[in-house]
Amino acid sequence: MTADLRTRLGTLELDNPILAAAGCAGTGRELAQFFDIARIGALVTKSVMLEPHAGRPAPRMAETPSGMLSAIGLQGPGVEVFLQRDLPWLLSRGGRTVASVAGSGVAEYAELARRLSAVPGVAMIEVNLSCPDPAAQGRHFTDDPAAAARIVHAVRSHARSDIPVFAKLAADVPDLVALARACADARADGLSMINSVRGMAIDPATLRPAVAGGMGGLSGPAVRPIAVGCVYEVHAALPEVPIIGMGGVRTGADALEFLAAGASAVAVGTVNFADPSACVRILRELEELLEERGASAADVVGAAHRPMGAALGR
Amino acid sequence: MSDFGPVQMRVPVLTVRRVDAYYAITVVAPGIAERFRSGQFVSVAVGGEHSGLLLRRPFAIHDVKPDYGGTVEFLFSVRGPGTAWLAERRSRDLLDLVGPLGRPFPLPRDPVNCVLAGGGSGSAPLFPLAQALRRRGCRVDFVLGAASADRVFSAITARRVAETATFTTDDGSFGVRGAVTDALGRVIEDARSDVVYACGPMPMLREVTAVAVRHGIPVQVAVEEAMACGTGVCMSCVIPVVGEDGITRMVRSCVDGPVFRGERVRFDDVGTIPFDALGAPGWKARDDRDGIADREAG
Repeated sequence: MTADLRTRLGTLELDNPILAAAGCAGTGRELAQFFDIARIGALVTKSVMLEPHAGRPAPRMAETPSGMLSAIGLQGPGVEVFLQRDLPWLLSRGGRTVASVAGSGVAEYAELARRLSAVPGVAMIEVNLSCPDPAAQGRHFTDDPAAAARIVHAVRSHARSDIPVFAKLAADVPDLVALARACADARADGLSMINSVRGMAIDPATLRPAVAGGMGGLSGPAVRPIAVGCVYEVHAALPEVPIIGMGGVRTGADALEFLAAGASAVAVGTVNFADPSACVRILRELEELLEERGASAADVVGAAHRPMGAALGR
Repeated sequence: MSDFGPVQMRVPVLTVRRVDAYYAITVVAPGIAERFRSGQFVSVAVGGEHSGLLLRRPFAIHDVKPDYGGTVEFLFSVRGPGTAWLAERRSRDLLDLVGPLGRPFPLPRDPVNCVLAGGGSGSAPLFPLAQALRRRGCRVDFVLGAASADRVFSAITARRVAETATFTTDDGSFGVRGAVTDALGRVIEDARSDVVYACGPMPMLREVTAVAVRHGIPVQVAVEEAMACGTGVCMSCVIPVVGEDGITRMVRSCVDGPVFRGERVRFDDVGTIPFDALGAPGWKARDDRDGIADREAG
């Protein structure tokens, strides 16, 4: 018997809970050389901005234990190119497309939501809130629940009503549950967590930061326990809000861990860099693990919150 | 999925050998060998399945042979725990390879005179290129440089394949004391070279390009940038390159390169975002904003 992998994210139903995470799946074309992107639940785009962005100077990346530190700076061609070139290609391959959006204020996010809603094909909007807020000395929108809520509210108000809006949260904030609640109260249909964790690596030869600009975002298996903890805490506080869990997912067992913590879907990020066919491998491994348990994906969502004995499936 | 795109394979190691100061690993990888064109590279997972070394290591392909259905050889020096692990591999161990990756060296249609300039192990991709050029009836001259004699790469092969082979070392322990670029100009004049192909560190490629421009001949350079994925996903390996439309873009060395026309690479601005690059801070879409978006969208 094959496991039932279907999952639901707000009004969006997916064939399976494995997604390719924002910034880790390119335009889709790059990974499509290695697997059929229609096979995964959805592909989350690199964050789309209104205008082209050249990103940060090199070096942009440093390998760290079980992970990497990166500071790419949201390099991208802008929403017009996304709509003309990348989205039609994704749709032509049968890929479910989640558009990640990033901006510098309410007006930009609202405009992006409007532009992405004006064409058919965007299955969901994920709001990247780990962007500098010019009104708060460049602190990220995630650092202030009220600022994050304003952005989420603007996107939800300008996006077509049948497109779910998920807010992507960072782990390194003063009060994650308060941030999650503020986003949910601003009518986010769900939450994605976590973004990369701020950190630094210093080159032992030059004694200078290993990525230009100093701070970078840590990702990969090194952050997985942090991410699982975040999903668990937020699911406990807001059990009715669907979560896309991510952070260092490398195997089907890792994906199962996120589902049990309370995620309804799981995104594969940095591991795509190391293993370009990781998404379909993880999907296969997850399916095998669920078959062994005789459980569906939906059965195990939040299992870690249930009393002992009840956690093993049906 | 495409027949010409890269593949991911778990492949057996055939041999691990020392070549001067370097290691050479040959793997049996027919799927990669049959797709390979010179200038392309493989990325290799290191440390084993549960390793904390997450990122693949990119290596230029040095040789491809038809043995065992197709073998691929790459070279490296031990620089850290990942390459140290690779150096410990033995025959029949399995390696996870992705390749062939990147845009290959474009080959001339006519039998022209080609000079191939390389620095250290950066010379590796020039050897299959030399073979491909010879098969087209091109004259090949090598100029190979390194820090010292043990880092000059495959001198014997270079002498065998090329019309002439000139060697330079920083310490004068082999060939001429000095840099590749000190010898390149004279070789171009003597061999009446029509085109330069180069591979090596960025400062060397900048100088080689300057020499080629002074002689009024085109130059193709293969860059060696740090990469996380090698497949075009991560955007770590970008450098500023001027497009045919005159606009500078931050392009990925892995999929838009590693081979570029030397004159198009803004060597002095590598490691920065030039103020006039597409999407740079303060960049303003000029009067033809829609035109640019249309062109980007292809």
